[in-house]
Amino acid sequence: MAEIAIRNVEKSYGKTAVLHGVDLQIANGEFLVILGPSGCGKSTLLRMIAGLEGITQGEIAIDGRVVNALEPRERGCAMVFQNYALYPHMTVAENIGYALKVAGLPKAERDRRVAEIAQIVGLEAFLARRPSELSGGQRQRVAMGRAMIREPKVFLFDEPLSNLDAKLRVQMRLEIRRLHQRLQATSVFVTHDQIEAMSLADRIVVMNQGRIEQAGPPRLLYAEPATRFVAAFLGAPAMNLLPATMIAKNRARMTDGTEISLDPERFAAEIGQAVEIGIRPEDVMIVWPGSEGAHQVEVEFTEDMGSSRLIHTRLGATEFTVLQPTAQIEAEGALHITLPEDAIHLFDAGTGRRLAGKATLIGLRASAAA
Amino acid sequence: MDRRATFSNLWLAGALVAPQILLVIVFFYWPTVQALYWAFSTQPPFGGTNQWVGWQNFQQIFSDAVYWNSVQVSIVFAILSTALSIGMALLLALMIDRQLAGHKAYRFVYFWPYAIAAPAVGLAFRFIFAPDAGFVSAINQLAPNLWNPALKGWDAMLLIVIANSWKMMAYNFIFFLAALQSIPRGLIEAAAMDGSGVLRRARDIQIPLLAPTLFFLLVINITESFVDSFGIVDITTGGGPARATDLMVFKIYSDGFKGLDYSMAAAQSIVLMFLVIGLTFVQFRYIEKRVHYA
Repeated sequence: MAEIAIRNVEKSYGKTAVLHGVDLQIANGEFLVILGPSGCGKSTLLRMIAGLEGITQGEIAIDGRVVNALEPRERGCAMVFQNYALYPHMTVAENIGYALKVAGLPKAERDRRVAEIAQIVGLEAFLARRPSELSGGQRQRVAMGRAMIREPKVFLFDEPLSNLDAKLRVQMRLEIRRLHQRLQATSVFVTHDQIEAMSLADRIVVMNQGRIEQAGPPRLLYAEPATRFVAAFLGAPAMNLLPATMIAKNRARMTDGTEISLDPERFAAEIGQAVEIGIRPEDVMIVWPGSEGAHQVEVEFTEDMGSSRLIHTRLGATEFTVLQPTAQIEAEGALHITLPEDAIHLFDAGTGRRLAGKATLIGLRASAAA
Repeated sequence: MDRRATFSNLWLAGALVAPQILLVIVFFYWPTVQALYWAFSTQPPFGGTNQWVGWQNFQQIFSDAVYWNSVQVSIVFAILSTALSIGMALLLALMIDRQLAGHKAYRFVYFWPYAIAAPAVGLAFRFIFAPDAGFVSAINQLAPNLWNPALKGWDAMLLIVIANSWKMMAYNFIFFLAALQSIPRGLIEAAAMDGSGVLRRARDIQIPLLAPTLFFLLVINITESFVDSFGIVDITTGGGPARATDLMVFKIYSDGFKGLDYSMAAAQSIVLMFLVIGLTFVQFRYIEKRVHYA
């Protein structure tokens, strides 16, 4: 149990800066997911908490104690690595029990604890095997067991699920969540998979190019992305982003002439400002031809997902996807849609910052700020 | 499907492998057959063709105390110099692998000794360890003749062990470093997270994973110290004092080319050959089983 404070932390390799001043508070028992594309510095940040990377500037404190100068073993963190990093010459039992052996616990005590952990992660039958004789999912469990046995204050996960196949990934995701509910240990989980992030996190931190774009509960980030980057990164299928220019307080025009009406009360955009209009595929309404405010889109192809259908279209010259929750309409040729004003997000085309947004989640925003 | 390239033209195939076969025959099989011939025959003292004598040469060397001394000296030399060169190389490679400051320069420099010919190594060490003028002569300030390889057998042995290890260390170092760098960095980091310090990690993670390399180097080093140590001995001690460094390979040379007794030298080299084959066999048979290939 511990809280982590990351204060204005910077990291550079030679002259290349990879983290530009990251500030983050992680509460005791929180499950925090750091989400971002490869190369955004998320793993570096995690490794700095673990003590595997030096800290160029700023400080990291665990439980109020600044750990900048401490060795990994003195920080009370346990880590699950992306490629598991199991010791190939040791059995499962030796792998799990290695930390206790290093700590000098007597063998009987070690064996008891290993058996206990093996039972939690479901590996009792495999204790005598070597990692090379295990499947991917089993190796993952060994890695988790090895982290758990130390009863660490902090769990660090470095993309632990990315080497597993899709089905196993979903299963292990649930197990990690279950484990966290049981142990209630502070956890930091790094991933580039937004579904993993959404499903695991108490709070998500979206990183991009060494900076934090936005931090908050999954629901808030999804409903009110603070930047165009967050909007595009969270959600599958991704949010539609339409470049346009404001031509009136309540209208924006795309380059091909398509005009989209906006609620002037909700947006703080200037006339003439270059903007991007965002709308999630599931918020798009399919309407009858000739309905008020309808836009015609050209259907290119559809993807049937079983429970829903994804229709790839073009709105003027821009790619545009529509998610149809139930596959009732046969979409071919042209489709008529409207963009509900309360579902529209507006971003400044230059800075990428959110200009305004839905007002439905004020309660959630207030709780996140608290 | 046959994935190998096949040649239907036997003459072409023969012509292509001929140079290699010729090299092997001229430089390996021919001398071996010659040695066998010399080993089982003897030269009449006043000229004439060799006479077949069967096992007589072998009986003679095996009943010679000087020869057994040479075997003993060779074994001591092999054990000491293999242990020293492998130990030092492992230590240096572990240090370089930690990527401490300046590791690139050291990594470069540590390989150099292997590029130096054995007699040059011998010459350098003869100077360094000269009891009257070398760097080591300083310890003779403490007590006269505390160090004197020209008089003391163990000093001479130590001298050739150090010189040979210094050279072999470079070779071993490269293999150890390559093997260390092929150990995934994540394993070291995982061990660090598990609370293991530098030495503990070396002992529990790195050295066990180096076992295949260690085994390979053990075979190479023991073989090398038996058959390839002539240059150093010849320049530094000349087999002395009192045959304290009279290695088998050096004795073959001195009996054959100084004593001009080709037959005895040939018999000894056949024995040495079978000794090396036997040692290698034993190592593969018994030690390799304990090696874990990850």
